[in-house]
Amino acid sequence: MAILFYIAAALAIIAGLSVILQRTPVYSALSLIVVLCALAVMYLLLGAPFIAVIQVIVYAGAIMVLFVMVIMLLNARRESATDRSRLAHFLGVPLLIALLVELLFVVWRQFPVASTHPAAILEGDPVSIGRLLFQTYVLPFEVTSILILVAMLGAVVLAKERVKGKG
Amino acid sequence: MDTSASVGFFVLMTIVKVVLVILILLTTIAYLTWLERKLVARIQSRWGPYLVGPHGLLQPVADGLKFLFKEDIVPLEVDRVVYWLAPFMAFTLAFLSIAVIPFGASYKFHGYEVFQLTDLNVGLLFVFAVTSLGVYGIALAGWSSNSKYPLFGGLRSSAQMISYEVSLSLAVIGVLMLSGTFSLRGIVDQQAAMWQSGGVLRFLPHWNLFLQPLGFICYFMAAIAETNRVPFDLPEGETELVGGFHTEYSSFKFALFFMSEYANMVTVSCLATLLFFGGWLGPAFGPGWFRLILPVFWFCLKVFCFLFFYIWVRGTLPRFRYDQLMAFGWKFLLPLALLNVLVTGLIIGWVG
Repeated sequence: MAILFYIAAALAIIAGLSVILQRTPVYSALSLIVVLCALAVMYLLLGAPFIAVIQVIVYAGAIMVLFVMVIMLLNARRESATDRSRLAHFLGVPLLIALLVELLFVVWRQFPVASTHPAAILEGDPVSIGRLLFQTYVLPFEVTSILILVAMLGAVVLAKERVKGKG
Repeated sequence: MDTSASVGFFVLMTIVKVVLVILILLTTIAYLTWLERKLVARIQSRWGPYLVGPHGLLQPVADGLKFLFKEDIVPLEVDRVVYWLAPFMAFTLAFLSIAVIPFGASYKFHGYEVFQLTDLNVGLLFVFAVTSLGVYGIALAGWSSNSKYPLFGGLRSSAQMISYEVSLSLAVIGVLMLSGTFSLRGIVDQQAAMWQSGGVLRFLPHWNLFLQPLGFICYFMAAIAETNRVPFDLPEGETELVGGFHTEYSSFKFALFFMSEYANMVTVSCLATLLFFGGWLGPAFGPGWFRLILPVFWFCLKVFCFLFFYIWVRGTLPRFRYDQLMAFGWKFLLPLALLNVLVTGLIIGWVG
């Protein structure tokens, strides 16, 4: 079991790095899909098969498809490195490493390795998730769906062309 | 938990099952092409292949050899990685969903299920996940070919597939409400009894088809659109888009796309029999060992009926125009599937 976690985690990290380091946008999108699938495996290991499959269906299978379609339509080619600022070029990576070390230090202090957290307090099966979504948290659920609807309407309105002379 | 011997036995058993299932699936796909050519030919008042072997039965072998030995043309400016990745991705994902399809009744050989590769408790959702990922094979193939017609074909196909995925999933919700489980074996087991109300209906099996007729119609129409078959095959129609997303692919990679389309057809037909037609359930007779094999036979017979229907529809109906196709998916099929969910929920809540 642990080895599966390490494989999935390593895959997620490598793919995540690939998302930001790739020159071609389509490769970044594909790497993001690999990240999402690795996360789905980790959800499986945590005992939530439903969430794992929903992650693949919704995130990797629908949202990322739209991302990939937009990238394909934009015909974004291989990017070239823009070396605008020499300061950023030399200070970028060291500062990033410093930030990451600080974050790691804070996290380490907060959750020391010795303490063990209970693995699964909640059940992962669809019945329990359904109860949580539709009984306990029904208000945030409905408000989120209205929020998504508003976002979609906003996007359609913003992207709509102004036809001269008509309303 | 397991001793190393039983882990070894599990691995061996799984490998044997996987190899058998893949061989059977490959043969099915090969002879599905033969069946399609024969049936469409008969519908069009001609013979179809009959020269290669008796009744053209060796035609798939000839086609396979042709695909292996054809010249592999790769256009100049394609995106190398994705161009090679797309057909393999499509092929792998098409064959992945067969892992959760149960072929026969539950029979355990030394503790391991014989007639199913693995029984996930979210089996149905796994098939949908694999179908969702299958869109990438086509979209990326269209994009990486660096050519107009494949790009349009790939975009149209991916838009069509994600549109009809929604209706596909909604059409199945009625079945899920009735069976209460995502496991495919559980859904079939729930259909096992005969109709309870008595009278003349007593002879009907308790298939979900009779409880969810609208769900079945929505599911099958969405499934035909999902697998890019006629009448929804505009993304690969020859008269509209040359070859669509697989224009620039030749020989073996084209064969992979071809096989993945037929594998998707088989998967969708298997799902339709499991969800609506009682899977492997059928009259059981004969001695003990025969009763083991008979459910597999019923399952294959039902899947074959669906494949026959697929090919029949292909030979009969004309193609949808793309805007008609999208309008049908969003404005007709989706509200119909939602209506089905609503009505099913109401009836279940009322009857209890």
